[in-house]
Amino acid sequence: MKPLFAQFSALAIILFARLITAVRGEWRGTESTAGQRVYYANHASNGDFVLLWTVLPPPLRRRARPVAAADYWQRGPIRRFIINDVFRGVLIDRVRTEASPDPIGVMAAAIDAGDSLIVFPEGTRNTTEERLLKFKSGIYRLAVERPDLEFVPVWINNLNRVMPKGELLPIPLLCSVIFGEALKLEEGESKDGFLDRARNSLLALSPDEKGDSQ
Amino acid sequence: MNPLEELIVVFGSIALILVIATLIGRTLAARQLPDSPNAVIDNLNARINAWWAMVALLGLAFLFGETGVIVLFGLLSFAGLREFITLTRTRSGDYWALLVAFFVVVPLQYYLIADRWYGLYSIFIPVYVFLLMPILSAFRAETTDFLERVAEIQWGLMLAVFCLSHVPALLSLEIPGFENQQIMLIAYLVIVTQSSDVMQYVWGKLIGGHKIAPRLSPSKTLEGFAGGVLSAAAIGAMLWWITPFTVIESAVLALIVALMGFLGGLVMSAIKRDRGVKDWGWSIQGHGGILDRLDSVVFAAPVFFHIVRFWWAGSGAL
Repeated sequence: MKPLFAQFSALAIILFARLITAVRGEWRGTESTAGQRVYYANHASNGDFVLLWTVLPPPLRRRARPVAAADYWQRGPIRRFIINDVFRGVLIDRVRTEASPDPIGVMAAAIDAGDSLIVFPEGTRNTTEERLLKFKSGIYRLAVERPDLEFVPVWINNLNRVMPKGELLPIPLLCSVIFGEALKLEEGESKDGFLDRARNSLLALSPDEKGDSQ
Repeated sequence: MNPLEELIVVFGSIALILVIATLIGRTLAARQLPDSPNAVIDNLNARINAWWAMVALLGLAFLFGETGVIVLFGLLSFAGLREFITLTRTRSGDYWALLVAFFVVVPLQYYLIADRWYGLYSIFIPVYVFLLMPILSAFRAETTDFLERVAEIQWGLMLAVFCLSHVPALLSLEIPGFENQQIMLIAYLVIVTQSSDVMQYVWGKLIGGHKIAPRLSPSKTLEGFAGGVLSAAAIGAMLWWITPFTVIESAVLALIVALMGFLGGLVMSAIKRDRGVKDWGWSIQGHGGILDRLDSVVFAAPVFFHIVRFWWAGSGAL
C-alpha cells in the first residue's frame, strides 16, 4: 500500500511541477542515458531537487537520491514520508554530534549501492545577489573516497522567482534545468582546484539573460 | 447548414490540408540523405505534427461548445502570461501582484466573458487591474526598476489575457440573423490568422528574397508578407459562408486581420530580440511557445471584435 501511495505522490508532484513551470531538461555534454552520477546543482529554492528530479528520464529518476538535511526533513510525518518514501533521500546531519554518522560515509554507501546522488554544494540556499556561493568541501571529499565517480553540473534556472523565499504559493513561470559536461577528480588535484573547477563548470551553464534579474 | 454541419465541413477541410501537408513533409524527409539531415525539413515535420495536435485540441474545445472555447482560451492566457512574465524583470516585491494576475485576473476576465458582461470585461484589465497592480507592488516597497516592472506586468496582462480574451468574447455578439452561430466567428478568426502565418512561411520559403524587417525578424520577407496576407484574404473570402459577411466584406476583414497579425508578429519579435531569446517558450514542438503561435491572434482579435461589434452587432450608434 505504502509504495503505491508513494508512487502516486511522486506522479502528483511531477505533474504539479510541470503545470507551474513547464520545466524542460536540456542535456549539454552529458547524455540523458543511464549511468551512475553525482548531480550537483545551484541551490536557490526548496523546490530545487524536485525540479531536477522531475526532468530526469524515469530510469535515471528511480536511482537518483537527493542528499538532504535530516533536521529539516525529519520534522513531521508528511516531510518524513516525502523524503523517505517518495524521493528516497539520503539524509545527513547538518549539525554534527558524537552520534551522527560521517556524511561522506553515508553518501559513499549510497554510491556503493548503485544509486546516483543529487547534491547542492553551496550548502545552503543562496538568497544573495551573487549567482553562486562558494562550494563546501563535501563533493571533494566524496570524490577522494570514490575517485571514479562522475560529477555532472546542473544549473536550475528561474526557480527562485517561482518560489521566492518565505512565500507559500508558487508563481507560474517557465523553468529550465541544464545538464553540463561531467567531470572527475584528476590525479593529484587539490581541494581548491577541484572545487573551483566544479564551480566554474556550473557557472558556465547559467544563462546570463536580462530576464532573470534575481 | 447548421453550425455543427459547418464545423464538420471546416474541420474536415483542415484535416484534408493537414493530410496533404503531412504527405509532403514525409516525402521530403524520406528523400533527404541520412548523413545530412536538413534542419528545415525536420522543423517542417515537427510543425506539421504540432498542427495536428493544435487542431485536435481546438476541435475538442468546439465539441464542448461555448464552455469548451472559454476554458481553452483561459488556459492559453494563463500559459501565455507565464511565458511573458518569465522574460520580465519582476522582483520579489511583485509577489502579490503576480499571484493576483495569474490566479485572480485570468479566471475573473474569462468569467466576465462567459457572463457576457461587455461593460466590465472590456475595461476590467485596462482600468481596474491597471490601477491595482502597481498598488500591490508598492506594498512591498521595493523601488528598484519599479516603473519597468509595473509596466511589464500590465503589458503581459493586456496581451496574453485582455487581447486574447476577445476571441471567446466574439460569442457574446448579438448579430441579427446569426443567432447561436457566433462560434463560427472564432473559427473564421483563428483560421485566417493561422493560415496567414503559415502562408507567410510558405511563400517566404518558396520565393522569399527581400527581407522586410531584418533587425526585428530576419526570417520575414517581403514576398512572404505579400503572399501570406493576400492568401489569407483569399481564404477569408472563401469562408464567407460560415460568417455573417458578404464575400467582399469577408475578404476585407481577413485582410485587416492578417495585417494586424503580421504587425503583431513584428512587435513580439522586437520584445524577444531585446530579451535575447528566439522563442517565447517550448510548449509547442517546432513552433516555440504558446505566444509564438498566438502573437498574430493577440493583435488581431480586439480589432476584429470591435469591427464586427460596431458594424454587424447593431451597436453602431454606441
